[in-house]
Amino acid sequence: MTTSLSGQELSQIVSEAVPDSVAEWNERDIFIKPESWLKVARLLKEKAELDFAFLNAVTVVDYIEFFEVVYHLTSLRHNHSAVIKMRCYGREEPAVPSVVSIWQGADFQEREAWDLMGVRFDGHPNLKRIMLWEGFPGHPQRKDFLR
Amino acid sequence: MTLKTEPVTINIGPQHPSTHGVFRMRVTFDGEVVVDVEPVLGYLHRGSEKLAEERTYTQVVTLTDRLDYVASMSNNLAYVLTVEKLAGIKPPDRAMYLRVIAAELMRIASHLVFTGFWLNDLGALATPLMYCFREREKILDLFEMLCGARITLSYMRPGGVFQDAPEDFWPALHRFLEEMPNYIDEYEGLITGNEIVLVRAKNVGILSAEKAVNSSISGPILRASGVEWDLRKADPYEIYDRVKFNIPFGGVGDNFDRYFVRVQEMRESLKIIEQCVEQVEPGPVRSEVPFLVRPPKGEAYGRVEAPKGELGFYLVSDGGIAPYRCKIRSPSFINLTILRDILVGWKLADMIVTFGTIDINMGEVDR
Repeated sequence: MTTSLSGQELSQIVSEAVPDSVAEWNERDIFIKPESWLKVARLLKEKAELDFAFLNAVTVVDYIEFFEVVYHLTSLRHNHSAVIKMRCYGREEPAVPSVVSIWQGADFQEREAWDLMGVRFDGHPNLKRIMLWEGFPGHPQRKDFLR
Repeated sequence: MTLKTEPVTINIGPQHPSTHGVFRMRVTFDGEVVVDVEPVLGYLHRGSEKLAEERTYTQVVTLTDRLDYVASMSNNLAYVLTVEKLAGIKPPDRAMYLRVIAAELMRIASHLVFTGFWLNDLGALATPLMYCFREREKILDLFEMLCGARITLSYMRPGGVFQDAPEDFWPALHRFLEEMPNYIDEYEGLITGNEIVLVRAKNVGILSAEKAVNSSISGPILRASGVEWDLRKADPYEIYDRVKFNIPFGGVGDNFDRYFVRVQEMRESLKIIEQCVEQVEPGPVRSEVPFLVRPPKGEAYGRVEAPKGELGFYLVSDGGIAPYRCKIRSPSFINLTILRDILVGWKLADMIVTFGTIDINMGEVDR
């Protein structure tokens, strides 16, 4: 059975190694401050007791007041999983750091999130639309997108 | 005298028989050698995730059929499992067995489609495909008995399945289980030891285990690279913890391993179905669930081992009758990440063969 690490365990480990990086945590997941996300991501992947080598999914959820970027991670060696979240405010051009340099599997998913949700992933090597064509007006998966 | 050469960029697809649907690649060649590949997606984009936000939890099942249309049962299963996780529904035992039987039959059908089309890509035009489709047809007949449909099945519902298997399903399934191992032997006799296949597939398009994990590759491709990771064993859902089976995995991660892992998986699936048929007991097939499921506020990530890899659904509920957000983590889409890495450096003819072993389905890539 895959065990899921609780937000408490994770936030302890993360805030010990990268101080002032956890914005909030609850039982299931932790919220990371976008500016320290790259450091935290590298820690999650490289720390032997965490070993999150496998990135399951990158999701962006539009809550109107803010966008929530959700990362589902799994460690194939320890068979445990974690949910990491980030909140970014503002509807004009919200941005979070890209993790393609750490997990290559994020490549297409970040492009998709940019295409459909309009969240910019800073540092992505090839951030352009993937499902729709260049020049498509707006980002259709947003809650306020009108036809 | 020196000849002046320059790289040539060729467009392959979206209407090309070897691109398995409407996939398009922009490939740059230096002579016959691939130097760059750029996948172009989106020709079949229907916005399934957005459509799901406008439908009730039960209605979304029909949308999942149209993701990977050669493996609809697995999509149904992944979706209903996530809804059950979100709403805290427990399906009855018989329903879980029926679902696993259906999902494993679907896995065999999907791998048969892979085998046939891959041989097509190798240049063995149409004949192997007809052999594979002969057996796939038998599986589709079984599904027709279960739910009346052959491709867009919509057999599963949150809380169980649409209806119990009819009387004549069980003898037909039994007959299929008896015949199928001989058919797999037949394919193996024709393909596995075939000299042309071996020359074309062995040590071609190698993907290392480290690269595969880092690129979020899942399913048979990951296992062919030597990583023993199967969600049915690692994170058992439904009744997979009650059946015995092995995880086939390869050593090199070349085209041949990717083919061979799938053939062995078909045999393991037959084993699972046999055990399910022995263990299944009469009983209800659907728990009391209202037509309009209203899960409490919250979120859930559910995943299954689909024929192509890890199929996951991430559902967010705001307490209403429709999901607030429905993210589909489709294996075909993410498996394409390594396309460039495994094609660059190989020749044009190997390109098509290697691309074939990734086994993508455009309905799932574009959603």
